[in-house]
Amino acid sequence: MYQAIVFLPLVGFLIAGLLGRFIGARASEVVTTSLLFVSCALSWIAFTQVGFGGGTTRVQVANWLVSGDLVVDWALRIDTLTAVMLVVVTTVSSLVHLYSVGYMHEDTSRPRFFAYLSLFTFAMLMLVTSDNLVQMFFGWEGVGLASYLLIGFWYDKPSANAAAIKAFIVNRVGDFGFSLGIFLVFTLFGTIAFEGIFPRVGEFASQTFRFLGYDWNALTITCLLLFMGAMGKSAQFLLHTWLPDAMEGPTPVSALIHAATMVTAGVFMVARLSPLFELAPTALSVVTVIGATTAFFAATVGLVQNDIKRVIAYSTCSQLGYMFVALGVGAYSAGIFHLFTHAFFKALLFLGAGSVIHAMHHEQDMRHMGGLRKHIPFTAAMMGIGTLALTGFPFTAGYFSKDAIIEAAYAGKVPGANFAFLMTVAAALMTSFYSWRLYFMTFEGRPRWSHNGHAHAHGHIAPAAGGHEHEHAEEHHGRAHALHAPHESPLVMLIPLAVLAVGAVAAGFLFKEAFIGHDYDHFWKGALFTAKDNHILHDMHEVPGWVVASPFVMMVVGFLVAFWFYVIDPKKPVQLAKANPLLYRFLFNKWYFDELYDVLFVRSAKWLGFFLWRKGDGWLIDGFGPDGVSARVVDVTNRVVRLQTGYVYHYAFAMLIGVAAFVTWYLFGGVL
Amino acid sequence: MFGLGILSGLLVLPLVGAAFILTLRGEEEAVRSNARWAALVTTVATFVLSVVAWQRFDGGNAAFQLVETHAWLTDSIRFKLGVDGFSMPFVLLTTFLMPFCIIASWQPIETRVKEYMVAFLVLETTMIGVFVALDLVLFYLFFEAGLIPMFLIIGVWGGKRRVYAAFKFFLYTLLGSVLMLLAVMAMYWDAGTTDIAVLLKHRFAPAMQTWLWLAFFASFAVKMPMWPVHTWLPDAHVEAPTAGSVILAAILLKMGGYGFIRFSIPMFPDASVYFTPLVYALSIVAIIYTSLVAMMQEDMKKLIAYSSVAHMGFVTMGLFTMTPQGIQGAMFQMVSHGLVSGALFLCVGVVYDRLHTRMIADYGGLVHRMPVYATCFMVFTMANVGLPGTSGFVGEFLTLTGAFKVNSWVAFFATTGVILSAAYALWLYRRVIFGKLEKEKLKSMPDLNYREVLVLVPLLLLVIWYGVQPGAVLDAFAAPTTELLKSTQAALSAAKTAALTLH
Repeated sequence: MYQAIVFLPLVGFLIAGLLGRFIGARASEVVTTSLLFVSCALSWIAFTQVGFGGGTTRVQVANWLVSGDLVVDWALRIDTLTAVMLVVVTTVSSLVHLYSVGYMHEDTSRPRFFAYLSLFTFAMLMLVTSDNLVQMFFGWEGVGLASYLLIGFWYDKPSANAAAIKAFIVNRVGDFGFSLGIFLVFTLFGTIAFEGIFPRVGEFASQTFRFLGYDWNALTITCLLLFMGAMGKSAQFLLHTWLPDAMEGPTPVSALIHAATMVTAGVFMVARLSPLFELAPTALSVVTVIGATTAFFAATVGLVQNDIKRVIAYSTCSQLGYMFVALGVGAYSAGIFHLFTHAFFKALLFLGAGSVIHAMHHEQDMRHMGGLRKHIPFTAAMMGIGTLALTGFPFTAGYFSKDAIIEAAYAGKVPGANFAFLMTVAAALMTSFYSWRLYFMTFEGRPRWSHNGHAHAHGHIAPAAGGHEHEHAEEHHGRAHALHAPHESPLVMLIPLAVLAVGAVAAGFLFKEAFIGHDYDHFWKGALFTAKDNHILHDMHEVPGWVVASPFVMMVVGFLVAFWFYVIDPKKPVQLAKANPLLYRFLFNKWYFDELYDVLFVRSAKWLGFFLWRKGDGWLIDGFGPDGVSARVVDVTNRVVRLQTGYVYHYAFAMLIGVAAFVTWYLFGGVL
Repeated sequence: MFGLGILSGLLVLPLVGAAFILTLRGEEEAVRSNARWAALVTTVATFVLSVVAWQRFDGGNAAFQLVETHAWLTDSIRFKLGVDGFSMPFVLLTTFLMPFCIIASWQPIETRVKEYMVAFLVLETTMIGVFVALDLVLFYLFFEAGLIPMFLIIGVWGGKRRVYAAFKFFLYTLLGSVLMLLAVMAMYWDAGTTDIAVLLKHRFAPAMQTWLWLAFFASFAVKMPMWPVHTWLPDAHVEAPTAGSVILAAILLKMGGYGFIRFSIPMFPDASVYFTPLVYALSIVAIIYTSLVAMMQEDMKKLIAYSSVAHMGFVTMGLFTMTPQGIQGAMFQMVSHGLVSGALFLCVGVVYDRLHTRMIADYGGLVHRMPVYATCFMVFTMANVGLPGTSGFVGEFLTLTGAFKVNSWVAFFATTGVILSAAYALWLYRRVIFGKLEKEKLKSMPDLNYREVLVLVPLLLLVIWYGVQPGAVLDAFAAPTTELLKSTQAALSAAKTAALTLH
């Protein structure tokens, strides 16, 4: 059964990818989507069996490679953590497949699109079922490849190509750390299989390892290197720059890869390696601080973005920060719980945004929306549910998981936990504000799309002057739509929204006890490791009342401010931006990270490459080496060649070589 | 057959084909066609024969197998052939790639087809010879003789600056080979034989090892090529015809690495340990420096050539880690690079044949007209980047694992190569394949024809297969690696004991 869950999407990929040209788009859609639904059904069966029944299972598929004492297998490891991820991945993926049937309806390369989606799902499943670090790395890079292909799916757009490359390379920076971490684990433990590593972690708790000339605590440096990989994949502070740009991909991709599944791989990795991290308190501190910073930073940027997808992208980035805070303070299950609930409501928000974009004929700028609730009421309702869940409205999914994290941060004992508490509470306020801002700008107020051009009517003739987002929308969607009212999406897109909405409402309430409550031990059965002195799950229930109330207060305040700014007095935000131009531009330009990295890494690498090529290879090595010599030789031969014609001088070279060989040989023979 | 073994057969068969092609006479068009078919049949037959040899080969045994020896120059310099786990995969790689080279030259080569095919067949003999020779003199002969057909292939059928490239190629390798020749003579004086199997057991004095190591190093470093003697490679690749580039990247570069594992490390273990820091330094510089340079190239072939230098950096680094992972990984990396870089050059050849330009700026948006081509190119690009699941990953991963065990600085710097390789490879892909199809000339480009599919698809399948199941190749290296590590360890500890007793 487990093999079927993992490999059915691969089958779908191969069929749609290889035969898509012959069987046509409709058949590709049907095949990949139905295989994914089978995989999803099996995953839920596995989830109930593993989560509420048996323990860890290991399924050996094949041997991968053996070299000396290094043995790497293709194997599936199924425990509760994996089962949770299986459910998240296959559920969101199958719904996104279904949704894409409607969303991508006008696209001409649908077989390719569905093939990529299934390839992604396969790689993600390999990642979460891996039984060793190298197989995890396979899935890790595999999802990176799928992400690259899907971000750049509309390969005519230069911006999409740039975003795809950026995503891959920034992730590779993280993978650089991940690789070193794997090497270090192998050097320490002599194996890369989880079963071999986990029981022996204690031996290394106080050992040092010399890395780059400095003596580190062996486990701390291991965890920090591995965490670098997680930072890349989960778009954490400093390695986050690729995620907002990744919104260049089609919206279903953003929902699946850049919200619900792939970006949570980092969270999954840290949870999977909880036996390592738990004994490396310094590394946990770093995780906490990075997570808290991300939660805060991304939320501030999200406040001022105008592209509907970018707002949600920064929101994702921020929520991932929350998850890392939970992991960092030792509440692994709270982090995974948030991962689980977040998958539902964030996928819902993205697919809802997709439905809006679909209705608006690929318009993504919220400044050109407004008043859409009357035209697309169902989408608006679903987005409303998603927003409630994200902001943590009582008894929705986010309420249980996000508040648990804030409480855990307060109760946390690692250095940095206090900082994390402050940051997450502040971020909760901003989350509420930007989420409602998005909702109000899109669905409420006066429509801003009918009279300010909607750009598409004359998109072909005059290049739109407004923001570059606008141009993207047109470039890809060249067909000019007549200016007609926004329309509700087809049923095939609305059903996934409804299913996810049910999850966004109920997932928290239903699974709270299992994930972080009384059924903890029974549910996880040791899949997450906590040290003997780690009582965080207990402590977080004993925090003072004001701590418990703070996220709720923040949510209400955020809602009220957004309501005031975007419904009652829509001129207010503009005035505020004008009053604080520096702050506004700083936030709007995402703290200038892209510009900074461009100068630091991109330009300098290019300059260095050019310098080494022209000066290093050209001037230094060639100039003093072969060119000096061969230039003379060529001079001489040119003179000779002038005397002859045709191919003769080729023979001259041949003879020269022949003579050289002969002389060499003669010399040698003579010695004998 | 005539008292010759199967390895002699591998050497003779291409020569027979070459001789047959030389006898072809008659109408020009018919001669061309016959020459092509004769070359193809010969190379396929050679491949089949090498597969038979592979069947008879026992992978679990570290010793030389299929050994045959014939009288030659003197009693102590004999015509001795044999293979072990290190050389067998390279023999197969050579014979496997040759038919592809012939097919890839089917239409592009129109002048002097007969001579071209002869040059390739002779080249095949010399390449196989390098890997099966069990006598130092014989090895040297094949090692140097291979230069001549390659020199001609570049110089006669090459591009505009072929003369410059051919000379640069020649100058560099000449320098190395002269020094190696001196070393070969010195070894003969010291050991009294040139039998490789005997030399492997012979212990050279440490001081002498140093000189011999350096002399061999000069030759192998040029062949690899290692930084800073790599500048012949981009020029040679750029000017060589497609099949020439394939052979150059896939086989000729591997002779350097093979030389290190066959001679330098086992015969001069003390010197190898002594010079390890030098090799590490050069390898790291090669990986980072050439990756950066590759990024800025405007010529597709040059870009791939520079990336080859970077990938060979992983090989030299891995070999000198003296760990099982490092050595096996380096050997695997060579095989994988043979397939991947060969395929990449074939990919460039495909579009070069249509447009006769290698400049990246002349392309863009090819995916619109050539989806199959774009897919193949993507797979090979990813293999070049070292994506897990392709053969490129296995070698890189193992060499880095080995390096990390020995020296974390080396692993740290070398691992930056995975970031840089992604940068240059994806940037190339984007500029050539993605984007709008705007250039007029590109709008009528046909997708791969059946001949090109026939060449690229088997390579593609192998690259993925060896990425998922590298065992077939990797395990072949296991036995000799264990043996090599055992003997070098013994030699090193013996040297240490000797040093202690002296003091």
